[in-house]
Amino acid sequence: MNKVVANVSDAIRGIEDNMTLMLGGFGLCGIPENCIAEMVKTEVTGLTCISNNAGVDDFGLGLLLQNHQIKKMIASYVGENEEFERQMLSGELEVDLIPQGSLAERCRAGGAGIPTFFTPAGYGTEVGEGKEVREYNGKPHILESALLADFAIVKAWKGDTEGNLIYKGTAQNFNHVMAMAGSITIAEVEELVQPGELDPNFIHTPGIFVQRIFQGENYEKRIEQRTVRER
Amino acid sequence: MLDKIGIAKRIAQELRDGWYVNLGIGIPTLVANYIPDGIEVEFQSENGILGMGPFPYDGEEDADMINAGKQTVTLQPGAAIFDSSTSFAMIRGQHVQLTVLGAMEVSDQGDIANWKIPGKMVKGMGGAMDLVASAENIIVAMMHANRVGESKLLAECSLPITGVKCVKKIVSNLAVLDVTPEGFKLLERAPGVSVDEIKNATAGRLVIEGDVPEMVL
Repeated sequence: MNKVVANVSDAIRGIEDNMTLMLGGFGLCGIPENCIAEMVKTEVTGLTCISNNAGVDDFGLGLLLQNHQIKKMIASYVGENEEFERQMLSGELEVDLIPQGSLAERCRAGGAGIPTFFTPAGYGTEVGEGKEVREYNGKPHILESALLADFAIVKAWKGDTEGNLIYKGTAQNFNHVMAMAGSITIAEVEELVQPGELDPNFIHTPGIFVQRIFQGENYEKRIEQRTVRER
Repeated sequence: MLDKIGIAKRIAQELRDGWYVNLGIGIPTLVANYIPDGIEVEFQSENGILGMGPFPYDGEEDADMINAGKQTVTLQPGAAIFDSSTSFAMIRGQHVQLTVLGAMEVSDQGDIANWKIPGKMVKGMGGAMDLVASAENIIVAMMHANRVGESKLLAECSLPITGVKCVKKIVSNLAVLDVTPEGFKLLERAPGVSVDEIKNATAGRLVIEGDVPEMVL
């Protein structure tokens, strides 16, 4: 089945005010740069964004934040972003911080048809407040629920016209589970190829999870913390 | 007294052959530089690496190859990459033998606080809550006191906690301590640090039995 859309503008068609989006990536690694840039142009607003991080001030989701397009952020770690911190502390931005493993599993569960699950992460902390607790194997666990999104936007290294995706390096991160949990999943890829060109043994995300795919362009792939060693 | 490198070196002595180890951001990351001779450990990074290697040489950085601290890294031969849910399956499923992380506060029951200062600093917990709730063996790398000299080893955490009764051992700039039902048990003193100095810097219950040896680095 051909999932190809002509360009980024077609890819994000239908994203409207007050929708819930999932955006793949860890820090700035593996983020859907093209779709984020395009959403900044459309000025769609009131978004709830589910993403592990919130970008930096001038890149990634930080661009949507600066433009006040995000109403609520669901993330696990939001450091390195002054504008985010300012909006959160002033109450302009609603923020739901959840443990990273629970975030990943809640997305996976959403895509996998598992409405809730119990996890030990967050028991006895603010995260566990108001949540059902059950003891399994002598250890308390809290009830967490699945996450779903109107649109999931992911970034892959290679994809074929069927929507099959392969990620490169640690850019895999949240992209796979989020691809599973979108009502409509948009994949932007560095290289779009024909069916048969990707080895089926090495597909990370099967095309069934992807509704739209396009070849992105001008990837900046900014490095957040450039660390090197001496030769 | 130990500096950050000293703390990392002392924690490295806790590594055992064949372990998979998750190192947190900051001092814990330095532990990878001091693996004792003759043992093999593999580092897990929760953004999706098993078999993480050192930082790349200048010019060989790859934006698609970072650790959980978002630093550019390399892979060891035999490394594996996976998605975030698989990564936390390794962590929650207790396939990782040791977690080393930093803390703002630890209580003498083993509670840890390291993710939030209300009204001031809210960066989020990242993977810390999953790690501390699941790991069988958690070592905390920390300074014994804060910048104004107040103890960070307390009877109760004053900051929002990250996990309950989970810390097993603390390596601070002053001492090595186990968390026991009776409180912090002093195991070793940092070079040049007296038992009295450790007592004065520890607000929580402190258990001292017999002569406390100075650590050997």
